[in-house]
Amino acid sequence: MSATALHDDHAAHSHQQPGFFRRWVMSTNHKDIGTLYITWAIIAGIEGGVLSMIMRAQLAEPGNTLITNGAAWNAIVTSHGLLMIFFLVMPALIGGFGNWMVPMMIGAPDMAFPRLNNMSFWFLFMGFIFVNLGLLVGVGSGIGWTLYPPLSDITYSPGPAVDFTLFSLHLAGISSLLGAINFIATILNMRAPGMTMHKMPLFVWSILVTAFLLLLAIPVLAGAITMLIMDRNFGTSFFEPAGGGDPVLFQHLFWFFGHPEVYIMILPAFGIVSHVVSTFSKKPIFGYLGMVYAMVAIGFVGFVVWAHHMFVSGISMDSKVYFEAATLVIAVPTGVKVFSWIATMWGGSVELKTPMLWAIGFIFMFVVGGATGVVLANAGLDTELHNTYFVIAHFHYVLSMGSVFAIFAGFYYWIGKMYGQQYNETLGKLHFWLFFIGVNLTFFPQHFLGLAGMPRRYPDYPTAFAGWNYVSSVGAIVSGVSTLVFFVILFKIFTGKQKLAANYWGDGATTLEWTVPSPAPHHTFEDVPVIR
Amino acid sequence: MKQSTKYGLLALGLIAAAAAAHPALAATFPKNSAGFPIHAPQPWEWWFQPASSPIQKSIDWMMQFVLWIMFGVVLLVAGLLAYIVVKFRASVHPVPSTTTHNTLIEVIWTVAPALLLIVIFVPSLNMIFQQSDYKHPYMTVKVTGHQWYWEYQYLGAKGVDFTSYPIPPNQLKPGEIKQLSVDHPLVVPANQKIVFQITSGDVLHSFFIPSLGVQRYAIPGQYWHQWTKIDAPGIYYGECNQICGMNHDNMPIEIVALPMAQFQAWLTEAKADAAQGDVPPVHKYEVLAEAAAAKAASIAQPHLALASNASN
Repeated sequence: MSATALHDDHAAHSHQQPGFFRRWVMSTNHKDIGTLYITWAIIAGIEGGVLSMIMRAQLAEPGNTLITNGAAWNAIVTSHGLLMIFFLVMPALIGGFGNWMVPMMIGAPDMAFPRLNNMSFWFLFMGFIFVNLGLLVGVGSGIGWTLYPPLSDITYSPGPAVDFTLFSLHLAGISSLLGAINFIATILNMRAPGMTMHKMPLFVWSILVTAFLLLLAIPVLAGAITMLIMDRNFGTSFFEPAGGGDPVLFQHLFWFFGHPEVYIMILPAFGIVSHVVSTFSKKPIFGYLGMVYAMVAIGFVGFVVWAHHMFVSGISMDSKVYFEAATLVIAVPTGVKVFSWIATMWGGSVELKTPMLWAIGFIFMFVVGGATGVVLANAGLDTELHNTYFVIAHFHYVLSMGSVFAIFAGFYYWIGKMYGQQYNETLGKLHFWLFFIGVNLTFFPQHFLGLAGMPRRYPDYPTAFAGWNYVSSVGAIVSGVSTLVFFVILFKIFTGKQKLAANYWGDGATTLEWTVPSPAPHHTFEDVPVIR
Repeated sequence: MKQSTKYGLLALGLIAAAAAAHPALAATFPKNSAGFPIHAPQPWEWWFQPASSPIQKSIDWMMQFVLWIMFGVVLLVAGLLAYIVVKFRASVHPVPSTTTHNTLIEVIWTVAPALLLIVIFVPSLNMIFQQSDYKHPYMTVKVTGHQWYWEYQYLGAKGVDFTSYPIPPNQLKPGEIKQLSVDHPLVVPANQKIVFQITSGDVLHSFFIPSLGVQRYAIPGQYWHQWTKIDAPGIYYGECNQICGMNHDNMPIEIVALPMAQFQAWLTEAKADAAQGDVPPVHKYEVLAEAAAAKAASIAQPHLALASNASN
């Protein structure tokens, strides 16, 4: 039932075999905690996916009556966003693959602070409970994932639902913050002898940069939502104009967190894709240093572009000019990443195994999402496109097809290492193609809807928007079916009885996790590996 | 003819056909009972609604400019990926190269995108300046977002201040559009610079009129300005575009742009109504339209001096 269960005999050399409660609830092992994170990401992903199916069902035709209450609709929209961001993408990429792979890749026995690691998962778990209370209590918190006051103030959102949502973000935030501290301490202090910073695998670099982004961004979010909680419950007026407060201040604070958050969700994906691309081209990464410092540059510039989310909100003309220029700059290091992946594959011996399909799909879809990102960076164009379906299409191309494609790439790449059973190649490819067709069918027409002027967060729309909405909903069904294929794959993995080699990908896979058996034993390294 | 040439011509033909089908080129709108074209979104529309203001014309041009560049970038990446998948498959290319560095190409793929971005940035600056230039309007309308309706106050026209609610789906008359038509549309003159002074009475809203290139958040306690100049008389539609609670999808914007003489006549009526404590009657402009149209030819265009800083 778990990745390392097969190796309990190995663990028993040094420890008493732990019971279920002791092993999974009190766990301090980075692999078990990583497994918990991935499991929980799948559960949250299913919930968020069900919510999106409900939304696409409602939007399939104008005048649908699946959801008649606008407040319920808003609660679903809000929860879908929060679940997918804070409880699927981040836990899968950082808590899941980060926990599993970072210590192994740098030759460390475990994370620097194992108990902190455990705590960080259970904070996230509680956050998940609270975000569900925010969805289910009363009419739910229908404030959008951006939480903008005054709508999120007590006057316009009475009842405890919004407070639950805000506390949920506090919990998820603390979880991420503790995780970030743990990763930074681990990566800076526990690398095997010989592994200098410039020899670190790119996934480790991506997690390191991500951890610094979290460390700097999360406290700002925490401050903003604390002020919001005070406004709601203790009579302050930080964001309330009647009391001298400013709703735009919240937007600045939120996006000072929110924009780095975007890179928090995509940088680990970059890391995974680098490993997959290199492995299945049987070539080392092209331009390693360029790749590393492109990520560092993206992380740095990502902190000074936040107000491009506010081009039609309360900012001046001069601010628009600056934030547009700064935003466009990000395209340069991002281009370096994309071209370096292509150069890595160039002249390689490319095997189109399932993880590689996801990685190539990631590169292409991410470039499409990046292209519309350059469009949206233009403050003048954003006047027309802000909050329309064009934006929805853009960020689903970088998230639903970027980050999520990378999560699947990582899953198929490492599942043998984590669980000791290989996935079914045919089904894996079927999963990829169904999902690829499904998400493109869902999100490409949304560009057209946005250009025609359809606003986001509408449960119903003028009849003229019916056509593309219908196509989009058909696409959602295809993605839904692809998820069922994924469940079949999971079932076959858990019931499989293979024996896998330590390095089942062969010559292309060169990082340290491929030197230990599959599945990786409870304690990774009996001897400290030395990197030359 | 070589096979590749054939495909090239086919592709060019497709692009030309797509360009010819561009909605902006083939825009004919149905007319309402007063003879004004109704500029509403169209089924299967895949581009902006046809531009009806100088701002939206610039946006439309800039969007095509940026999209063609980005289309080239996407095509380049797609082409390279396809080439790799075909030429460097393990089955046809079993021995991988070991190249991991090439300084020249790394410099090129850093510098070239940067140059491309400068090409995009420079013209886009003009757009920002154009959109921010809301000085010296013909008139200013204070637009207030409320949960869940819009309020329009004509600054300088005493008492002309009314609310605008959507028409419920079961009360729609022919020619009216679900979730777009309202009881009291905002009436403005065509071909004049109009400034919207946008604020909110409660939560955030966004005053968004796609065909005119207008969008700004309505923020309580703050006033933000957007201007437009509507090219031709007609009906234009917009929607609230910032989540504002349970009826967010039900606070549309309808704007009627009238020829100047008819607008003058409408405004006179509206002021008279306001003096009696009435709001402008539903679609009164339609009744006025014909009578005023006859007179319009003989009247020199009067200038209504309503500055943005006028108070009432």
